[in-house]
Amino acid sequence: MLSLYRPGDSVLHRAPAGPKLVVLLVTCLAVFLVDELWFTAVCGTVVLVLWRIAHIPYRELGRQLRELWVIALLLAVFQVWANGWHEAAMTVLRLLALLLLASLVTMTSRTSHIVDALESAARPLALVGMRPGRIAFLIGLTLRFIPLIREKAEEIRAAQRARGVERRPLALLLPLLLKTLTMADAISEALDARGFEST
Amino acid sequence: MFRIEEVEHRYGDRTVLRDVSVELTERRVAVVGANGSGKSTFARLLNGLVVPTSGTVTVDGLDTRKDGRRIRAKVGFVFQDPDLQIVMPTVAEDLAFGLKHRGLSKADIDQRVEQALEDNGLRDLRDQPAHLLSGGQKQRLAIASVLATAPRYVVFDEPTTMLDLRSKRQIARVMAELEQPVVVVSHDMDLLEGFDRVLVFDEGRLVADGPPDVSIAFYLELMGAC
Repeated sequence: MLSLYRPGDSVLHRAPAGPKLVVLLVTCLAVFLVDELWFTAVCGTVVLVLWRIAHIPYRELGRQLRELWVIALLLAVFQVWANGWHEAAMTVLRLLALLLLASLVTMTSRTSHIVDALESAARPLALVGMRPGRIAFLIGLTLRFIPLIREKAEEIRAAQRARGVERRPLALLLPLLLKTLTMADAISEALDARGFEST
Repeated sequence: MFRIEEVEHRYGDRTVLRDVSVELTERRVAVVGANGSGKSTFARLLNGLVVPTSGTVTVDGLDTRKDGRRIRAKVGFVFQDPDLQIVMPTVAEDLAFGLKHRGLSKADIDQRVEQALEDNGLRDLRDQPAHLLSGGQKQRLAIASVLATAPRYVVFDEPTTMLDLRSKRQIARVMAELEQPVVVVSHDMDLLEGFDRVLVFDEGRLVADGPPDVSIAFYLELMGAC
């Protein structure tokens, strides 16, 4: 998930979350099933137009692309090597169009609405003994704590830099893991205190 | 009313509370003590987050050993770090969280969330992602979410330790205005103004218990501040 809800009043903001998720799903399928570069390009363009309609500044687009470019580059290099230029362009374009569309959906829908929509979609699972409410809760919790864990990673990195340790992934990972586990204990305590039914 | 009878609590072979018996009936009770004195564990006894190794804790006659869930619905709990207490991504969603498990209708929940936003001056932050709030705003949200469930009592565990002076004062004001009886664990002597009773813990024991001036003088002496 690249982004969270950005308050706004565009058509896309007002559209219910369920249909938006269905459109996302259908687009995903279509983009992978229709093996034509022009089709993927059209989809990409439509996403950019929708971005405009949602009144989300292209600055945000730039920010998200900066987060994605490493993955896109690696994927492109591999694809050029394995399948040639055409496949590489297809794959990268597909990935970017879909991620940006998904990101647009999360930015224009309140998390609670997405969660409600997924909860109704998951309702049939109750027949096989799963609880849809639990799924909704997990999504909310995940969205809440991704930025927090990112923040903790920044803190650890800063502390290490202060002591002269520059980028060392392993030196970051271990303390972050420990910190996350400690946080998990505190969070489960808070969930108990707030009356969450854990059984 | 909280009744704590002959409580002892151990984590492994480390005893964190010993021989604690006390009844809390006042509107404003504070708990002070050094780090590791057992005061946070004491706070967690009050809503059954910690069930004592021996002895009993009752809240309005309910035993925390048997009725933990009912007691936690009655006793709101505010933690030191609001980041770990806020569990939903946005302000309004977090306010709704505690209400969802109480069998209220969706309309009821919405109405209570709106009320809570209004009462706590959070209306403008309604859809803000929680991680973008300031420290003081996060703690106000954490408290608002607890109050939205209309608890009979509220326990605060060092609610202002991580805050700047302005936010500390805001939280102090919120606490002063609460109708509910309140138990506060704190290092912040300023926060304890107007309290009815102050308990002092040291190395797991309740070593002083009385009106604020007497208890705080004792505590300061214990800490070597005088």
